[in-house]
Amino acid sequence: MARLTLRVVALGYLGALLVVPVAVVFYRTFENGLGAVWDSVTTPAAISAFWLTLEVALIAVPLNAIFGVLAALALVRGRFPGKRLFDALIDLPFAVSPIVVGLALLLVWGVDGWFGGLGVQVIFSVPGIVLATIFVSLPFVAREVAPVLREIGDEQEQAAATLGANGWQTFRRVTLPAIRWGLVYGVVLATARAIGEFGAVSVVSGKIAGETETLTLLVEKRFQNFDLAGAYAASALLAAIALVTLAAMTILNRRREEST
Amino acid sequence: MAEPHRAAAARRRRRALARRGLGDFWASATTRQALDALQFTLIVSLVVAAIIAAFGTLVAWVLVRDSFRGKGFVNALIDLPFALPTIVAGLTLLALYGPSSPIGVNVAFTKVAVAMALLFVTLPFVIRSVQPVLIELDREMEEAAASLGASAFTTFRRIIFPNLVPAILSGAALAFSRALGEFGSIILLSGNIPFDTQVSSVYAFKQIESDNIDGAAAVSVVLLVVALAVLLGIRGLERWRA
Repeated sequence: MARLTLRVVALGYLGALLVVPVAVVFYRTFENGLGAVWDSVTTPAAISAFWLTLEVALIAVPLNAIFGVLAALALVRGRFPGKRLFDALIDLPFAVSPIVVGLALLLVWGVDGWFGGLGVQVIFSVPGIVLATIFVSLPFVAREVAPVLREIGDEQEQAAATLGANGWQTFRRVTLPAIRWGLVYGVVLATARAIGEFGAVSVVSGKIAGETETLTLLVEKRFQNFDLAGAYAASALLAAIALVTLAAMTILNRRREEST
Repeated sequence: MAEPHRAAAARRRRRALARRGLGDFWASATTRQALDALQFTLIVSLVVAAIIAAFGTLVAWVLVRDSFRGKGFVNALIDLPFALPTIVAGLTLLALYGPSSPIGVNVAFTKVAVAMALLFVTLPFVIRSVQPVLIELDREMEEAAASLGASAFTTFRRIIFPNLVPAILSGAALAFSRALGEFGSIILLSGNIPFDTQVSSVYAFKQIESDNIDGAAAVSVVLLVVALAVLLGIRGLERWRA
């Protein structure tokens, strides 16, 4: 009896907070028919926002994947002064408000900023959005890969080295295959974050329709302009991406458990 | 031709900014509106962390110890707030609990709405930190307690709960620091009413929009310092756990 009560309370909590609201958004999106949804996600502004979001993620995520693997290697295998500080610093983007991230970029690259006199347009243009996205999605790959590296140890790498493999060969043939599921998992998380980032991007983007407007910014603008149906449609698109991400995470988790 | 001129002007402004120093910083951080927003942010984040701690532990318990059909699905669903863009989270809650609510509950632009948004985005934290501890927990102690006549509640309170405390605390602390800086899910829901539903991150954003960079920076520094303190606190907690 007590068990049943706990189950009902737990599921009720998840339902009221997670499931029902998301279901309502999908319902609201499609209540006027598929045609209307299709029209509002294929307006020129929406298409341009979609491609910009994709472009930014395609730049930010690979860079963070490379950095993440290097950082994880440095944290687990390396020995250098300030390692603890470096370890703590990597988590910073998790703790910092997105507005603070945007403001920091503004202070560095804005007209009055440190590098503002260089004549490079960063703020209110795509490079600013890319920088903001890189910052917020920075820790994911490193945080997923580091525990895997710790788990596998370095015996196999040493064996490869004694057999005459150079550093790159060891990495490609021994380390990379071992960390691949952790790496992919980190990439999935980073991609989801990159696509969904709103606060930091909204400070630095300038929100120029068709130029510096990402999908999340489009949702906000449509909502503020009382285009509720349009906001729901763009949200449903983002929510669909999130559900695909969730499915990928579940499958990858199973793979990881099987491989360990 | 105007470039060197503009660069010189920018340099002058930078120097002027640098000269103003701590006094101005303090003045910007302590305007009545900024202070009120900060106070509300801290309180609502604490309340949310407490609720997340209680319900997160409960959900983790049900996911580990209970068995029912669709448990795997529910377990996968927990990560949804990590995958869903925050602005969509805000819109989602507004669709159900806003002015056009299909169930007739309208909390939009109230403090409750802010708390709900924060509950949504921090939902996975405690669950995901308690779950692995609960899975690893040795059942023998519980069985021993039960065989000595302890009730289920006493067993939980005396045996299980003490083992979970570090995980609950570190999950709740993470949720707290996330809640402090949250922006995307709140901006549509809160209505940003000064001295009522205005939180610090939205306040800072509005200051940036109205070109008061100093005011935004002052609030940002306060948020940053609190977040860093929490982060370091969690590190200490993890060391204590290990």
